[in-house]
Amino acid sequence: MKIALVVISIAAFYVLHHDWWNWSAARPLAFGFLPVGLWYHALYTVAAAFLMAALVRWCWPSGLERDE
Amino acid sequence: MIPALFVLAYLAIVLYIGIFAFRRSSGQSEDFFLAGRSLGPWVFLLSLFGSHMTAFAILGSSGHAFNFGIVTYGLMASSSALVVPLCLLFLGTRLWSVGKRFGLITPVQIFRDRWECGHIGTLIFFLQAALLVPYIIIGVMGGGTTLSVISGGFIPFWLGGLIVALVVMSYVFFGGMRGTAWVNTFQTVLFLSFGAIAVTLISQGMGGFSAVTERLLNNPNTASLLTREKFSLTTFLGYTFNPLSAIAFPHIAIFCLTARKVTQFKRTVIFYPICLLLIWLPCVYLGVAANQATDIPAIEAKIEAKAATGRPVPGDDVMLQLLGRYAPVWVAGLLGAGIMAAVMASDSQILALSTMFTEDIFAFYGGKDRFGEKAQIGTGRLFVVLVTAFAYFTALNAKVAIFDLAVQYAFAGYAAMAPLFVAALCWRGSTKWGALASTLFIAGSTFALYLLPRGYTILGFAPVVPMTLISAALVWGVSLLTPKPSTETINRYFPLSSV
Repeated sequence: MKIALVVISIAAFYVLHHDWWNWSAARPLAFGFLPVGLWYHALYTVAAAFLMAALVRWCWPSGLERDE
Repeated sequence: MIPALFVLAYLAIVLYIGIFAFRRSSGQSEDFFLAGRSLGPWVFLLSLFGSHMTAFAILGSSGHAFNFGIVTYGLMASSSALVVPLCLLFLGTRLWSVGKRFGLITPVQIFRDRWECGHIGTLIFFLQAALLVPYIIIGVMGGGTTLSVISGGFIPFWLGGLIVALVVMSYVFFGGMRGTAWVNTFQTVLFLSFGAIAVTLISQGMGGFSAVTERLLNNPNTASLLTREKFSLTTFLGYTFNPLSAIAFPHIAIFCLTARKVTQFKRTVIFYPICLLLIWLPCVYLGVAANQATDIPAIEAKIEAKAATGRPVPGDDVMLQLLGRYAPVWVAGLLGAGIMAAVMASDSQILALSTMFTEDIFAFYGGKDRFGEKAQIGTGRLFVVLVTAFAYFTALNAKVAIFDLAVQYAFAGYAAMAPLFVAALCWRGSTKWGALASTLFIAGSTFALYLLPRGYTILGFAPVVPMTLISAALVWGVSLLTPKPSTETINRYFPLSSV
C-alpha cells in the first residue's frame, strides 16, 4: 500500500511537470511580472521539495543506517 | 578592471581554503579522495550542489533563455528538481552504503565488486572518463572568458584561463576532496546569495520588473519568449531524461561517498529543489529580460542577428553584459566572483578523474601493491596536474562550439548510464554481461550522435530518451540470459535484513 502510494505520488508529479494548459499563455503575470509558465514551474520546484520531505518520511532506507 | 580585482581576491580566498584543507589531511588515500568520508550535513548539501552546477547553470541558462525564453526553466531546472533528489534518495544512499561497507571509492570499483568483473569495469572507466573530459575543458574556457569580459579585456583569455586553471589545480592538488568540498561550499553560498541581488539590481536598472515584462509582451519579436508555444511537448518530455545523468556523473557519484552518515542525505534530498530555484529562476528571467537590453551594443547585435537569421545566437555572455551595464562596480565585482564560482565547478571533475585513474587503473592493475599508498596519492596529484594542463592547452587551441556539442552528447551518455547504477544497486539479477551490453551500446550511440546533425530526433524525442530506454532494456534482457555473480556476492549486496 505504501509503495503504491509512493509510486502514484511520483508518477502524478511527473505528469504535473508537463503543464500543457499553460503552454501558449503568458498571462496572468504573478506579482505583475512573472509569466504564468515560469511561475507554475517555480511553484512546482517548491512543491518538489515538499514531495521529497514526504518521501524521506515514507520511504527512507533506514536499513542503511546500520552502516553509519 | 575593479570587478576583476574582486574576482582575483575571490580566487585568492579559495586558494587559501584549499591550502588550509591540506593542513587537516591525514595522508591516507581515503582522506585525500573522499575527505575521510567525514562531510557534515550542510557541507555535504552545498558542496554536492556546487559540484553539480557548472558554468551552464548561470552563464548557459541565461544564454539559453535569451534564445528560447522561459521554457529553459521547465526544461532543465524543474525537471531536475524532481529527478535529481529521487536519484540521490534511492541510488545515492545505496552508493554511500556499499562504499562504506566494502571500502570502495569509485563507481567502477563498486561495479567490479558487485558483478565480479575486471576488464568490463575498465571499459566503463574509459567511457566515464571520455564523457567527462569535455566538461573540464569547457570549465577552463569559461574561466578565461569570464575574467576577460569582467576586466573589460584587460586580462586576455589565455591569461584568465591560466589563472583559473592554476588556482583550481592548486587547491585540488593540496586539499584533495576536503579542499574541493570546502571551496564548493563557499562557492555555492556565494552564488546562492547573489542571484536575488543580481535580478533585483538589473531589473531596476532596466526600469523595473513589471515594465520589463510588459515591454517583452508588447514586442511581437519577444512575446513568444514568455510562453512555450514554439517548443513541442514531446521535446519538453524528453528533457526530463537528462537529469538522470546526475547520478552517473563520476564527480556526483563519488561525492555521495563523502557523507559522514547516510542520514545526511535527508537534508540534501529535501533542499536540493530549493537551491535549484534560487539559482535558475533569476538566471532564466534575466536571460529573457536581456532581449530588452538594446542599450548594450553587444546584446543589441545579438538581437539583430537573431531577428535576421531566425536562429539562436551565442548568448552565454548576456549575464556578464547585463552586470557590466546595470550593476554598480562593487556589486558587479561580487557578482562576477559568484559567476566565477559556478564556472569553476571543474574542480570536482578534475578530482573525480584523478580518483578514478588512481583507483580504477593504477591501484587495480597492481600499482598500489607495488608502490604503496603514498605513491597512490602522489599519482593522484600528478594526474591532477596533467589533466589541468591538458585542459588548459586544449582550451587555448579549440573552438568552444566543438566542446559545447560534446558536452550535450555527454549528457545523453551519462543519462543512459543511469540504468547501470539501478541494476547494480537495486536488482539482484543483474550481471556483468548486461552491464557490458549496455556500456558498448552507450559508447557506440554517443559516438554516433556526435556524427549526426544537431537537433536530430527519433520519433520526435531527443536521442537521450531512446538511448536510456535501450540501455535499460539491454541491462535487463542480457542479465536475464546470462549467469549471475556468486550467491555470496549477491547476499553481501542484498542482505535479507536490508531495505
